[in-house]
This record gives sequence, structure tokens and C-alpha cells, in this order.
Amino acid sequence: MVHAHDSLIVQTIGRVLIPLIQLFGIYVLCFGQFGPGGGFVGGVIMGTSLVFAILVFGLRGLWQRVVFRVIRGDGVGLLVFAGVGGLCLIGGGEFLNYTDLPLPGIEGATRRFIGIFLAQVGVAIDVAVTALSIVLNLADSSSET
Amino acid sequence: MNMSANLALLLLLIMTAAGAILIKDLIGAVLVLGSYSFFLALLWAWLGAVDVAFTEAVVGAGLATVFFLLTLFLTVPREDEGQLPRGQWPAYIGLPLLGMLLLYIAEDLPAFGDPASPPNVHLAPEYLTQSVPLTQTPNVVASVLMDYRSLDTLIETAVIFTAGVATACILRRSSVRGSRP
Repeated sequence: MVHAHDSLIVQTIGRVLIPLIQLFGIYVLCFGQFGPGGGFVGGVIMGTSLVFAILVFGLRGLWQRVVFRVIRGDGVGLLVFAGVGGLCLIGGGEFLNYTDLPLPGIEGATRRFIGIFLAQVGVAIDVAVTALSIVLNLADSSSET
Repeated sequence: MNMSANLALLLLLIMTAAGAILIKDLIGAVLVLGSYSFFLALLWAWLGAVDVAFTEAVVGAGLATVFFLLTLFLTVPREDEGQLPRGQWPAYIGLPLLGMLLLYIAEDLPAFGDPASPPNVHLAPEYLTQSVPLTQTPNVVASVLMDYRSLDTLIETAVIFTAGVATACILRRSSVRGSRP
């Protein structure tokens, strides 16, 4: 298993930096429609912050259980993205044609805006969980040898 | 950014790329490769492709470096000093000729940012003008990726998912599977 880093400097810097990195990842995800960024980059930043947390603080107790639950949900992001497309089908249109999202009270361009955002959330979840899962599998194999 | 700064950037790019190949210590080579990605991201940003620069900086300099390092811990972090193959003279003659051919062809490419070049007159004006009225998304890259080309992005997401599953299938050992505390 991954052990905690024993340097006080690394742990202190990690304690300060990890929440900031996660906040920045969420900002990049939510701001992706107005500036550079989006689902992929936001997901990578959030996944990297989790990897950083694991490398600094190790995997123990409740945190370990949470992480293993998280990496079992590898397909959730893909499901969210494809689910948005399926909702468009239910709304009576083509697959992934966000104009037909069944959202009452919202029309046209705003529906497309919401559809793009939901799809980006799906991409972000998928990328973050995949990055975490690959790093955990690599680290796990390396500690056994 | 003026021209001399660009030349310095390109020179650093070539130096780090060559360094990543030439360095024998593989951990050092991975770190040099990360700095190569960083310089490449600066170059993308200079060309105006901010989204690509962002992705290159985050993935190339951040995540890929972590992947490479973790992979190196699984193996011997030293390049095998095997026998160099004999008879490389066709490469010494052919590669400069190929480079000269490419430079000769590059003369005919449209200038950077030319508004009359074929990619800039076909679909790009429609994307640029219709992105905000149709999707309320000022970032045209996001609207193209997530709406106009959303099926492509869905399949790319499936590719990432497949990569994660394949890594888990190859590398996952008993300690991950059986370590429910």
C-alpha cells in the first residue's frame, strides 16, 4: 500500500495546496464555457489533486475506503455524458441534441448551455476517476515487488 | 512576445526534446520531458490556442510525468545500453533530404492566421458567429467540442474509460481487490 510521506515540509505544503488545487479544478470545470478550460482539464486537475493527497498522506482507514469506493465508480462519468444524450432522446430529439433536453421552462440556447455543462461534468468525473485508478494500480503493483 | 523570445522558446523546445532522448537516466529523462511539455504549452499559448496550452500543461507536464515516474518505479530506471544497430548511413543521408523537402513544401503553406486560408473560410466563421446565439457559450472551443462534435467527445471519453479499465485489468492485484479493511 501507499505510505504517507514522512517529510513535515511536504505534508504542510500539501495541507495548504490540495484544497486550493481542488478549488481551481472546480473553477476550471465551471468556467470552461467562458474561458480556457472545461471538463477534461478540470477533471485532470481534480484527479491530480487526489493523487497528490494520496502520495503525501498515504492511504489509511476511512480515506482508503472512500478512495476504493470512488475508483469502483469508473464508468459514472461516461454514464452521465451518455445519460444527457439519452435524456435528449426522451425529449423527442436526436442523441446528444441538447435542444430537446426535457427541461420545463427553459428554451433553446439555454438548454444547450445546460447540456454542454452537464456533458462537461461527465467528462470531468470520468477523467478524474480514471487518473486516480491508473495511479493507484501502478502504485499498488510497485509496492508489492 | 517578440521574435527573439520565440526563437529562444523554439530553441529550448528542441533542446529539451533532444535531452529527453539522449539522457540515459530515465527518471531524469522523464523530468526533462515534463519541461518539454511546459515549453510546448508556452508555444501553444503564443499561437493563441489557449485551451490546447492548458491541456498540454496539465496533462503533459503534470499527469503524464506522474504516470511515467510510477511506471519507472516498477522497472529498472536505467536505459539498456544495448548494441547500436550497424549501417546507419541511409538515415544520415535520408533524414536531411526529408527535412529539406519539408522546408521546401512549407513555403506553400498559408501564412499563420491568414483569413483566406481554406480552414478559415469553410466552417470556422459559422462556429465563431453562431456559438453565442445558439449555445450561449462564448468559448467556441467548448461549444464545438461539447455540442457540435459531442458524439466525438463521447467516444473519446469512452476511450479514456477503456484505458482505465485496461490498466486495472492488467495491474490490479489482490491487495486492491481484497483490502477492504
